[in-house]
Amino acid sequence: MLVHTALDRAAQVARHWAGSGCPVVIHADSTIPAATFDAFQADLAGHDNILFVAPRHRCEWGTWGIVGATIDASERMLAAFPDVTHVYLASGSCLPLRPVPELNAYLAARPHTDFIESATIADVDWSKGGFDNERFTLRFPFSFKRQRFLFDRFVEVQRRLGLSRPLPDGLVPHLGSQWWCLTRATLTNILEDSRREEYEQFFQNVWIPDESYFQTLARKHTWRIESRSLTLAKFDFQGKPHTFYDDHLQLLRRSDCFVARKIWPQADRLYSSLLSNDPAVTKNAEPNPGKIDRLFAQAAERRVRGRPGLYMQSRFPRHDRENGRSCGPYSVFEGFSDLFENFESWLSKTTGCRVHGHLYGPVRAEFAGGEDVANGCLSDSATLRDYNPCAFLTNLTWATRGERQCFMFGPADNQYPTAFMVGDPHAQISVITGAWAIGLFRAQMTSEDVRKEAARLQRIEQGHVKTLRATWAKARIRIWSLAEFVEAPMDRLQEVLDEISGRGARRLTEAPRLRDLTGFGQFLQELKNDGMNLHVAGDFPAGYDPAPLIPDQHRRFVVK
Amino acid sequence: MSIVESYRLRLRRQRYRLRAQRKRRELQVVADRTHAIRPEDVLAFTTLRNERVRLPYFLDYYRRQGIGHFLMVDNGSDDGSRAFLAEQDDVSLWTTYHGYKRARYGVDWLNWLQRKYAHGHWTLVVDPDEFFVYPFCDTRPIQALTGWLDTCGLRSFSAMLIDMYPKGQIGAESYMEGQDPFEIASWFDSGNYFISRNPEYHNLWIQGGPRARAFFADNPDAAPSLNKIPLVKWRREYIYLQSTHMLLPRGLNRVYDDHGGEKTSGALLHAKFLDTLANKASEELERNQHYAGGREYRAYNEHLQDGAVLWNKWSEKYINWRQLEILGLMSKGNWA
Repeated sequence: MLVHTALDRAAQVARHWAGSGCPVVIHADSTIPAATFDAFQADLAGHDNILFVAPRHRCEWGTWGIVGATIDASERMLAAFPDVTHVYLASGSCLPLRPVPELNAYLAARPHTDFIESATIADVDWSKGGFDNERFTLRFPFSFKRQRFLFDRFVEVQRRLGLSRPLPDGLVPHLGSQWWCLTRATLTNILEDSRREEYEQFFQNVWIPDESYFQTLARKHTWRIESRSLTLAKFDFQGKPHTFYDDHLQLLRRSDCFVARKIWPQADRLYSSLLSNDPAVTKNAEPNPGKIDRLFAQAAERRVRGRPGLYMQSRFPRHDRENGRSCGPYSVFEGFSDLFENFESWLSKTTGCRVHGHLYGPVRAEFAGGEDVANGCLSDSATLRDYNPCAFLTNLTWATRGERQCFMFGPADNQYPTAFMVGDPHAQISVITGAWAIGLFRAQMTSEDVRKEAARLQRIEQGHVKTLRATWAKARIRIWSLAEFVEAPMDRLQEVLDEISGRGARRLTEAPRLRDLTGFGQFLQELKNDGMNLHVAGDFPAGYDPAPLIPDQHRRFVVK
Repeated sequence: MSIVESYRLRLRRQRYRLRAQRKRRELQVVADRTHAIRPEDVLAFTTLRNERVRLPYFLDYYRRQGIGHFLMVDNGSDDGSRAFLAEQDDVSLWTTYHGYKRARYGVDWLNWLQRKYAHGHWTLVVDPDEFFVYPFCDTRPIQALTGWLDTCGLRSFSAMLIDMYPKGQIGAESYMEGQDPFEIASWFDSGNYFISRNPEYHNLWIQGGPRARAFFADNPDAAPSLNKIPLVKWRREYIYLQSTHMLLPRGLNRVYDDHGGEKTSGALLHAKFLDTLANKASEELERNQHYAGGREYRAYNEHLQDGAVLWNKWSEKYINWRQLEILGLMSKGNWA
């Protein structure tokens, strides 16, 4: 047992092992003050089968000291306790999860098996920090934690000079978890290997030798290797060990693993509930850490990728690092509510989506149903919305996740979010250019005002369309001129709705009602006569009046 | 970061440190129990004025969370707060009658006390109406969090302010001493917060919530900031710049991930909208010791007289931290 902090917990666990008939050899880190160590030793003095290693090594992370301590402790164990058949390497923050007799029985049933995770470099993907083969071919005389600058420079120099050193003959480097359980035979062979000195010299300059020394040598001497650790130890995305707390009790219990680390020293409930030899608590199953694996995999995922479309105090991605600008798909309709009567309610009935009016309208955000607050307590105030228009949209999609939002948009609205939506793969933007002119046509304003307003809106829409056609656009974008659209309105609508509802959607049975456009061609011609060419609406001959819409009858009955 | 900019920020930090040193003369000690602080203690720092009725629950809440010692500055209370606090075994208390505003809303006083007593400790700076919530706070004491932050090499921890409000009129139900304020003010806004990044100090600037919606809809720029970094492994060279919104050196403000991931974060539940607010608002307006001429309190005063209701049908009722996590207001990050 390698110990460096939380000595009271280490003593508690050591007493448990010893009391269950397993001899314990403890190596305490040399940084532990002599007085503290003496008290610790005195605390365990009553047990004949608990021994201590002297002199104590400094077990700094990633250095040879840890292996040195392990070797000394192993020698002590093999010499002092001839009956020992298996040696289990544990730390002071390891906690046995199952009764010790169960572990004994498990090992007795597999008397020649070494439980040591041991994989070749090519197979291992958990080595964090960029060193794979270089762990063995470079030299690492400087401390990673205390002498980081020298460490990095020295690695750099060796790489630049192309320095590398040969491996001792006959060794195939293997890596694996530091915590193993070896048979007496294998461990003895490793310690009594005639070339041990040569190996030790080599591994003293290897990066993190505690994950490779025994893992490599066990391959040479073993009878049978089971390449997994009996100790449940999980590492986060930076290679730091995860800690278990009281609330992990059920999870640990159901894992059926024999030993887990690291345990938080103040996790009283874990220590009091698990440190027992009561056979009733487990069911003698094979270790199955699957649930715990998933828990920690989810945690890493949350940390590295986060929840797409969420902007909050600890997730605020830079431009293009969002991994999803918004949280779910939404549809923007431009010109549709001008061309069709009651388009919003028709759309909502047809698709089942939530259909808002002009969310970016100049007076207020026109939420569906005329509400003045929406999901997440989003306010309809135009000032608040325009204070951060993109956040308004991401807030809405986040608060309504799972439900597609549709809204109307037009040149009279706040144009600021255009670029955001165009770059968002979740956006579906369908535009009928020039359809806003129908509004002017119906309002029957005086021609001077109409001309000015038309010129203004046309300019805005042109800019808008230019952005929609940008090369970096990621949204699903469709643009028709009004003239183009009214040629086959049902087909166009169907195309947009198919994309919303997915394949297999029903054909449209109820058509939205086109507004009465009688005289609209004439209206455009008059504008033109006044010197204002409304070209975004397309070629709209004077006197052209579109026929009422009829749903596509024959295609409705296509057999699927 | 350019050398010039870095030097400029360094000078600014030194200036605020000197300011805090000068302001220490305004503090008079009432009860100094700082000798009882153990090296591993998590410390809480608070300034307050006339909060007697809130104090028992406040202390109790944080004691249960595992706070080892409270260091508090009483700014001229006359409601018995001082006597009450002076009796508590784990409270060290200072008092001052000097201006809250001139001590930069109490920040200078606390900067000084933190510099003197908090070096090497995890420190939590909270107002008496702010209640810290972090992932797993129902099963793990605050030492589990700080210990984990230590192993990850993190020095600061974000906890956004969430304004809590009652379902009916503010103040319709009175708050009783010792009561959990969130039995009354148990509702909050789940998703109307807007964020921008402060290019100078690299912190996020978060606004929104019920206050922006109800009181500042016409002038969102003036809506109160909700970003807070209350938990810091303190070193004597650190300073808080403005409330607990931001710190120097500014690396401490990087409590968010900008590559799409989520760092671990918590929340400060804000029990401001209780019946105590009405008195507070009129008193504070008179004293004129609050930020931006107390425009916030002026807004409350106007709305409270009309019987303001912050609740609407989209308000969420507070259950626990997991709910805040799911709503995306805070995050577990990779702490599991």
